[in-house]
Amino acid sequence: MRDIWVFIEQDSGVVEESSLEVLTKAREIADARGYLVTGVLLGRGVRGIAGGLGRYGAHRVIVVEHPILESYLGEPYASVMGDLIGERNPDYFLASATRNGRDLAGRLAVRFRTGLQAHVVNLDIAEDGSLVGHVPGFGGNIVAVVRNVRGRPQMATVALGVFRPREAWGEAEVEVVEAKLDPSKLRARRVEVVRRGYVDLSKSRRVVVGGMGTGGDLTLVRELAKIIQADVGVSRPLSDIGVAPKDIYIGSTGVSLNADLAVIVGVSGAPHFVSGIRNVRTVISINKDPEAPIAEYSDYFAVGDLFEIIPKLIEKLRRGV
Amino acid sequence: MGLRNIVVTLKVTPKPEEIRFDPVTKTIDRSKATNEINPADKNALEMALQLKDRYGGRVIVVSMGPPFWEPFLKLAVAMGADDAVLVSDRALAGSDTLPTSLTLARAIQRIGDYDIILTGEESSDGGTGQVPPGIAEWLGIPHVTYITSIEIIEPGKARVKRTIKGGYEILEVDMPFLASVELGCNTPRFPDFRRKRWAEREFKLKTWSIADLGLSPEEVGFKGSATTVDTLMELKPPERLRSRITGAPDEIAEELARIIRELLR
Ligand SMILES: Cc1cc2nc3c(=O)[nH]c(=O)nc-3n(C[C@H](O)[C@H](O)[C@H](O)COP(=O)(O)OP(=O)(O)OC[C@H]3O[C@@H](n4cnc5c(N)ncnc54)[C@H](O)[C@@H]3O)c2cc1C
Repeated sequence: MRDIWVFIEQDSGVVEESSLEVLTKAREIADARGYLVTGVLLGRGVRGIAGGLGRYGAHRVIVVEHPILESYLGEPYASVMGDLIGERNPDYFLASATRNGRDLAGRLAVRFRTGLQAHVVNLDIAEDGSLVGHVPGFGGNIVAVVRNVRGRPQMATVALGVFRPREAWGEAEVEVVEAKLDPSKLRARRVEVVRRGYVDLSKSRRVVVGGMGTGGDLTLVRELAKIIQADVGVSRPLSDIGVAPKDIYIGSTGVSLNADLAVIVGVSGAPHFVSGIRNVRTVISINKDPEAPIAEYSDYFAVGDLFEIIPKLIEKLRRGV
Repeated sequence: MGLRNIVVTLKVTPKPEEIRFDPVTKTIDRSKATNEINPADKNALEMALQLKDRYGGRVIVVSMGPPFWEPFLKLAVAMGADDAVLVSDRALAGSDTLPTSLTLARAIQRIGDYDIILTGEESSDGGTGQVPPGIAEWLGIPHVTYITSIEIIEPGKARVKRTIKGGYEILEVDMPFLASVELGCNTPRFPDFRRKRWAEREFKLKTWSIADLGLSPEEVGFKGSATTVDTLMELKPPERLRSRITGAPDEIAEELARIIRELLR
């Protein structure tokens, strides 16, 4: 029976939600074709959470445990996963297109001289068994329908937030495999981790987004967000210059919003940005440039200076939202 | 603690907002788009030049692409790179990330004596981000993706800062290694005017064919690729009201307040 492997990314025992998205999608494809879905979970003391992955679509889960696997680290992960793939020879290998998922898949694809599709937004397996995915390019405006033509496993990373995880199945069968790892041979070692807390804007119902037009000062954006009970997002350059955390920028390399309302101020609307606001129900934007591309992606496009408009808007909303 | 070669891979990309899609032929028209050094690759180059300023070494840029990319490689030299290699061959057309990473890895091997290889995190056109780990695998060296800084801590060993969900991590990596550099993590320098003139007029870059790299036409291009593109599609912008609000700031604010109140109800 053909076997679809899904990399289950975890950190200190917490499973990355986007891995569940991939798992559910894989199961839907597998059910249509009569294939098997195998989750592969690498971590430290994680066997307890393996069986539950079945509810999201895994028929079985292969677990590899080792202290060095507690958080993602490129070398040992590629080594363990590479050995498993080499021994078991799965037909397909899917990972969520997180930084770590891409890091791992990029390495494995060359190890097995096989095809890898990047951050697909649609995925299927054709009659002839070839993996077919929709790969966005040029910031997301153009999509290539890509097919794997040789190599095994056929591989893809899957864009985040495109598919919904569903708890629709039963417990998975769990197999624990011995890790063959020699930590003294590692050429890259983690020496420090700094986390500042993480907000998942893809789940926010309302978001106020500030761009470079704010000049890097998000005071007004935060105030407006507070009044309408929204979360704060930014365009990528604001994260790049360190004004905002890297988890809250919107776009092809950041978060895709699914909000009911996004108020977007001082953002030009570059292709790499607007691909992140496709699924927003209502888009309001403020830009002083009447020709800004964001106009085309807005339901309401206000032409003017955000520093003049927002204080007045806040004042009016204070009198009653 | 002098460094040996620091190799930077570099690609030329069209500005994404300037490309057009032809729905009839289903092809991408890049002819009207301005070309530029892929933005993240410029950040990689800047990081390499800063490493050289601090620790010595030679910065060599390597690119796989058509001959018209030459001026962009010369621009990299004008910025401070010591040498530039363009791998150009008709047989390379249609390469997916598998033969692309192979070709770049072979070119890097031919350059030789490398301590650090830097790439951009991803390109602004294809944007797969798969080539950097791919090159490292072909070369059999460790790699770290999405880094924002490098520091050499002792001979043969570097400390890199990698962006992760919710923050960053610091890794110690043995040389030689490959790192992909985050877009926007530094401000690429402007070329020095005199060096620019020299690069344009006198500097000769190296042009290598696949034969120079010991590769056969079967290993690269369409034949060497493991994926194929069936067709291209344009994603139209979603249907939006596109209602324009103009006037004095107070009028605009009033109208926006009305719309927002309505939406929040
Ligand atoms: C590989 C790659 C990936 C990328 N990924 C992303 C991504 O995921 N997300 C992302 O956002 N970007 C991404 N980018 C960058 C993207 O191409 C744009 O550069 C970026 O989105 C621009 O941000 P911005 O609109 O805030 O700034 P700008 O383009 O500088 O626009 C600022 C806007 O503010 C307006 N403005 C200025 N002052 C005022 C004022 N007082 N009042 C009102 N309006 C004002 C201006 O008219 C202008 O339209 C990526 C680029 C590359 C190459």
